[in-house]
Amino acid sequence: MTVTQTSRRPRVGLFATCLVDLFRPSVGFAAAKLIEDAGCEVFVPMAQTCCGQPAYNSGDRKDTRALAIQVIELFEEFDYVVAPSGSCAAMLKKHYPELFKGDAKWEERCRRFSDKVFELVSFLTDVMFISNVEAKLDGSATYHDSCSGLRELGIQKQPRKLLASVEGLEIKEMKDSDVCCGFGGTFCVKYSDISNSIVSKKTANITESGADMLLAGDMGCLMNMAGKLKREGAQIEVRHVAEVLAGMTDTAPIAGSGK
Amino acid sequence: MQFTAPHFKENAVGALADVQLQKALKNVETGFIGKRALAAGALPEFDALRDRGRDIKNHTLTHLDLYLEAYEERVTAAGGHVHWAETGEDARNIILDICRKAGAKTVTKGKSMITEEINLNDFLEDHGIQPVETDLGEYIIQLRGEHPSHIIAPAVHLNKEQVEEDFRRVHTHLDPQRDLTAPESLLSEAREVLRNRYFQADVGITGANFLVAETGSSVIVTNEGNGDLTQTLGKVHVVVASIEKIVPTLEDCAQILRVLARSATGQDMSVYTTFSTGPKRPEDPDGPDEYHVVLLDNGRSSMLGSEFQDMLRCIRCGACMNHCPVYHSVGGHAYGSVYPGPMGSVLTPALFGIENSAHLPNASTFCGRCESVCPMHIPLPKMMRRWREKEFERHLSPATVRWGLGVWAFFARRPKLYRVATSAMVRMLSVLGGSRRRIGSLPLASGWTRYRDMPAPEGQTFTQQWAARKATGKAA
Amino acid sequence: MQGKSAILAKIRTSLHVSPQDAERQAAVSGRLNEPPVGIVPSRGQLPEEERIALFRKMAEKYSATTARIATLAELPATVGDFLRAKNLPLAARMGSDALLRTVPWESEPTLDIRDGASDGLDLVGISHAFGAVAETGTLALASGPDNPATINFLPEQHIVVVRAEDVAGDMETVIGRLRQVMGRGVMPRTLYFVTGPSRSADIEQTLLLGAHGPKGLHIVIAG
Repeated sequence: MTVTQTSRRPRVGLFATCLVDLFRPSVGFAAAKLIEDAGCEVFVPMAQTCCGQPAYNSGDRKDTRALAIQVIELFEEFDYVVAPSGSCAAMLKKHYPELFKGDAKWEERCRRFSDKVFELVSFLTDVMFISNVEAKLDGSATYHDSCSGLRELGIQKQPRKLLASVEGLEIKEMKDSDVCCGFGGTFCVKYSDISNSIVSKKTANITESGADMLLAGDMGCLMNMAGKLKREGAQIEVRHVAEVLAGMTDTAPIAGSGK
Repeated sequence: MQFTAPHFKENAVGALADVQLQKALKNVETGFIGKRALAAGALPEFDALRDRGRDIKNHTLTHLDLYLEAYEERVTAAGGHVHWAETGEDARNIILDICRKAGAKTVTKGKSMITEEINLNDFLEDHGIQPVETDLGEYIIQLRGEHPSHIIAPAVHLNKEQVEEDFRRVHTHLDPQRDLTAPESLLSEAREVLRNRYFQADVGITGANFLVAETGSSVIVTNEGNGDLTQTLGKVHVVVASIEKIVPTLEDCAQILRVLARSATGQDMSVYTTFSTGPKRPEDPDGPDEYHVVLLDNGRSSMLGSEFQDMLRCIRCGACMNHCPVYHSVGGHAYGSVYPGPMGSVLTPALFGIENSAHLPNASTFCGRCESVCPMHIPLPKMMRRWREKEFERHLSPATVRWGLGVWAFFARRPKLYRVATSAMVRMLSVLGGSRRRIGSLPLASGWTRYRDMPAPEGQTFTQQWAARKATGKAA
Repeated sequence: MQGKSAILAKIRTSLHVSPQDAERQAAVSGRLNEPPVGIVPSRGQLPEEERIALFRKMAEKYSATTARIATLAELPATVGDFLRAKNLPLAARMGSDALLRTVPWESEPTLDIRDGASDGLDLVGISHAFGAVAETGTLALASGPDNPATINFLPEQHIVVVRAEDVAGDMETVIGRLRQVMGRGVMPRTLYFVTGPSRSADIEQTLLLGAHGPKGLHIVIAG
């Protein structure tokens, strides 16, 4: 490998997200591997906690701002900030600037920070221009488009493009892959009956697709769908898309039989 | 309409268990969405027209006082009368007065959400005047004593069998043995029954999709022709419209019309788009002798200049609720407000107070589908979040939720404490999960575990493991 | 006028504006006097023959039927054929429209043309549309003694005649033509844009024709 003096590897701050941190560290490791394979240096600031969505979507602007400042201060030194979650990335990229609009001290600083924020898969394809991965996986997968990633960040083609490069993997699209899974943060516990109705339609579509595996880019959605699939006794394997792209599918899945 | 928004949760539970309703709601999911997509896809300029519609409405709203004055001047020049109603009560009294002066005993109505908003029908009946809904969907629900469950398809929550039952029950002058199994037969029957009512009515009341300032015209957009018969056959035509319905010019109206029907039902144009200006002219063989416009404020003027101003761009197409996963699950009546779905969740608190409609902006996953299809680019999730902020400021959210989120934020803002607390919690949950790594029930999280398993964590947090690997020099 | 001043005052307070603001007034009067056109879709912007073909296609998409005749002299026969094909009595209601009155109705002697507004008992009405919009298959009709509004709605079958040269690509062109005829800010009592026969989908979203208006709309393009 030639090392040029004038360029160095981009320094990426990995925003693990609280759900990955607490419930599925393997996604964090998969994300780190993908980012490193793309030619970056990965850093995981230890003081990271939460992007602030729970507070933000509950109307607690004060705590949200405090958390946003914490995140910006912790991550702004990096060239890029990458999160394996469409909703957390959208929070940092689209919503933080709303919090600081008109704020003389933070508006510009936030804008500079938010410009560097990317969701994991779209970072690989759109910033690092990765068009294929080396992973191999025999079987079929269906992909759920998480709402924030899709509608706030335009993520739809990118995961499918990289999944298409996984040797042996067939993509089986489900009906209404771009329709909400019913998670919605606190919505799923506050309005659990309605959430259940929505996720039940989603699991029916997932099953109907005939795929061996369910993938998505957001842990909230995945835990919601996996939890429902498990309760229904379904065998389909559920993983975060990063795990498949990184070729790290030997850990137990979020739900399902696993290999 | 009886306002039951505070009981949204109970309403929703009832709606989810209602088999007939769930069957009918499938028509919303499968019908409207595909049709809108086809219509939008067939017009390359569709998205550019949405932008333009938003800009036209924004310009109008920031000059609303002047356009309203210009509008009134044109209506008067054409021989019509404009009445200004600050509240729903004022509007009702004005309309009653007009009906009384016309000696009206029955009044035909074109479909009008604004008259639902001000509870006009009950008020007229209380004063001895019989309103007759002529829109087929509105007529059906009037027979049932119900209110609309959707702003453009009022009877979307009903099945054909229910309609048949109602027609048999009410149209007692017809042969009880008649065959009503085909929808066509129901339509012909309604057409026949209502045709007579048009001729009997003294006053015809319609809403307006648009009010055109340039010409003093009111515009109604229908498929049935009922609005047109309502406004042409009565001696008096009354238009009831809220102040934000104003558009400056005929061209501005034409621009927005292009996205209205396509967003609502997927038609390029609705069957009848009718511009009415003043009473009949001396040479006209038909038409009303009097033309009145009742302009209603009822809270809109307070929304101007506020963070909810964008909601006034709404053209009542219904696309938002047609695409909403929550609406698909519970239907319109569950919202307990004249305006359901995403647009209702923003507008209802603005018109009726957030303390009375606290559930509505909360019953959303913020999936954003509504905003993505709104022809006027109204940022619905953002405004629902703004209502949540107002609830939080006023301590209207349930105490447990506030407390729980407060605890989370407390720890999240203190990274060292967070690390300690979360690693303990994660260890505990993974023990609970056992060898099969699932948690079937969890105190304090019954909202989740009632319907879903909770996948158990891996035992150590990511940050812990990463730090450990770095410490031992292992590659990530 | 208490309601009026209260509402206007509230609006002005909310917007933080004064009624005397000359710039705002200019913006409003400017737009009203010279309405900007906006975005006209390319769909209808076609040469005449293709425009008419598009108009027919769109109108038929919305369940109208269409026919083309070279001259108005052929209209009586077309109407006669239409009524005979539908087994309808040879009678129709018509207003005093100048164009329709020049048609040689005597060439179809069995056809009974009745005058004036519809009484609700006519099965067939005939109108003349002063314009049409190819983009959406829409007819433009103005109320008045020429074409009483009731004829558009009460009869079961509505036959509408439009001249080929009056079929425009878009609604804005039709509006512009009307404005030239009537003058700025002036409208007929009612201006109808009609696209297909009356319909409803209120029963289980099943599409049905002939709700309150005509069950059938037959468009004859002349020229």
